[in-house]
Amino acid sequence: MKVILKAVLSAAIAVSTLIAAAASAVPWGGADGWSKQEISILASLRLSQLEPPPRDYSNRYESDPRAAELGKRIFFDKRFSSNGAVSCASCHDPKQQFQDGRPLGLGVATGTRRTMPVAGAGYSPFLFWDGRKDSVWSQALGPLEDPAEHGGNRLAFAHILRAHYQSAYESVFGPLPDLARLPREASPIGNDRQRALWAGMGAADRDAVSRVFANMGKAIAAYEKTLQHGESRLDRYLEAVVKRDAGSYQELTPSEKNGLRVFIGKGQCVTCHNGPLLTDQHFHNTGIPQLSDAKRDLGRRAGIAKVAKDEFNCLGPFSDAGEEHCAELRFLAGEDHSLDAAFKTPGLRNVAARAPYMHAGQKRTLAEVIEHYRNAPAAKVGHSELSKIALSDQEARDLAEFLRSLDGPVQERSAGR
Amino acid sequence: MLRRKILGLICLLAFAFLAGCMSPPTGLDLSSRRPTEQRLYVVEVRSLANPIAVNKMHSWEAKVTLPTGEPVTGARIAVGGGMPQHGHGYPTQPRVTKELGEGRYLIEGMKFSMTGWWELKLDIASSAGADKVTFNTVIGQQ
Repeated sequence: MKVILKAVLSAAIAVSTLIAAAASAVPWGGADGWSKQEISILASLRLSQLEPPPRDYSNRYESDPRAAELGKRIFFDKRFSSNGAVSCASCHDPKQQFQDGRPLGLGVATGTRRTMPVAGAGYSPFLFWDGRKDSVWSQALGPLEDPAEHGGNRLAFAHILRAHYQSAYESVFGPLPDLARLPREASPIGNDRQRALWAGMGAADRDAVSRVFANMGKAIAAYEKTLQHGESRLDRYLEAVVKRDAGSYQELTPSEKNGLRVFIGKGQCVTCHNGPLLTDQHFHNTGIPQLSDAKRDLGRRAGIAKVAKDEFNCLGPFSDAGEEHCAELRFLAGEDHSLDAAFKTPGLRNVAARAPYMHAGQKRTLAEVIEHYRNAPAAKVGHSELSKIALSDQEARDLAEFLRSLDGPVQERSAGR
Repeated sequence: MLRRKILGLICLLAFAFLAGCMSPPTGLDLSSRRPTEQRLYVVEVRSLANPIAVNKMHSWEAKVTLPTGEPVTGARIAVGGGMPQHGHGYPTQPRVTKELGEGRYLIEGMKFSMTGWWELKLDIASSAGADKVTFNTVIGQQ
């Protein structure tokens, strides 16, 4: 009797163990083949979960519709460049989700980095691949005075604003300074002549011109804030899964669903590509090859030093923020070697339409990107966070297929919260 | 007992599978109150944000006492740590910005850039001596 009882008990334990094992692996209480745990991750990727962007206290004009209107005009105006042929839109092309499809940006000359898309930029505490700017408005000032991009200088821009935008500018920011006695061009970071002219200006004039320049950036940022992602096929599918709406499970093909499974599972992509924008807004070394062996690109490590001393940062004289709203800068990461050659995790919405990939366009296709993650080559500079990922060829193809489901519109919404 | 262990193992594997990261090691000491390594101090830490949201700046509080329970004031505390499994530190540089009284110290600039196992390391120096302590915290799926 005891023997039979023991046998029955053992059998019962064995069967319930099997059932428990099956229950974890198979989605009881799940939907469309996903387990409850998987669904909680999937739910976090939905565009509907994207909170409004955090308020940028350093830009008091960011929600001002007149600032956004001025900023939009400036964004498309090629006069704000040394050769009169480059505007923000030259690289940030609205028809290509505000980027240019080139490995390196092409302004008045070829730049050193891949043009980044603009929608959702306000969610990142640091802008650019290396995070060398800490606000969307101060980011806009970088290319404007970069010799390879707009090739301009702030005093020349102030003259253009006075000549063509005086009433629009002054209705937002108040009177423009008197520029009549000042040179045609000058900047603290221009060519030799521009720097000499800048040094020759009085302190009050220099401050006034820098303030006009900062205001330009704030207007551009107000416009860029209106650019937002619209729903993708993936969002429709994820909403269906979360709401158990079986009628819409076919928004993704089986191959795309398998790719999504890899994305949140063994592909480990969601480790960094998480949240509704599919980025942790942070910086990682993933062993991407340097563009030039001669000139090492230290990425975030160099960016940290730059943002700390940027005159247009949160703690600087042109910021509208009190110190209490500058926590990202006050607690800026220090000299951490894990940030050597670390670059910003890009968001993945519209990624399939945005070849080539990585900070200097080093990977031409999504297949090349996925291959890179499979092989996890060692970094030449710094230390890669990656380790090899065992994906079958089919899984790699499915992953690339899945990424196409992230295509969606970039819409201009009206300014103001 | 065996069944629970197997279920636990499966859940752990499922978590590892899903989270993409290695799962935290088993048997991790998650206590928020620990003696320092040479037992000069007892330290208790807590997050002032509950729940902790990934990628959101927030503050923690550390309470430092002697083993007798007497609060330690005027200590210099250095903050470090990160994710041992990923080989990176905090995305920020957290630091003690003020003393709150009764041996409590405000640590500002805390931020977790992802889910998983994080270490919070405190180096403490006062007239009682220099010592250090490591706390483990596992940031869960949001």
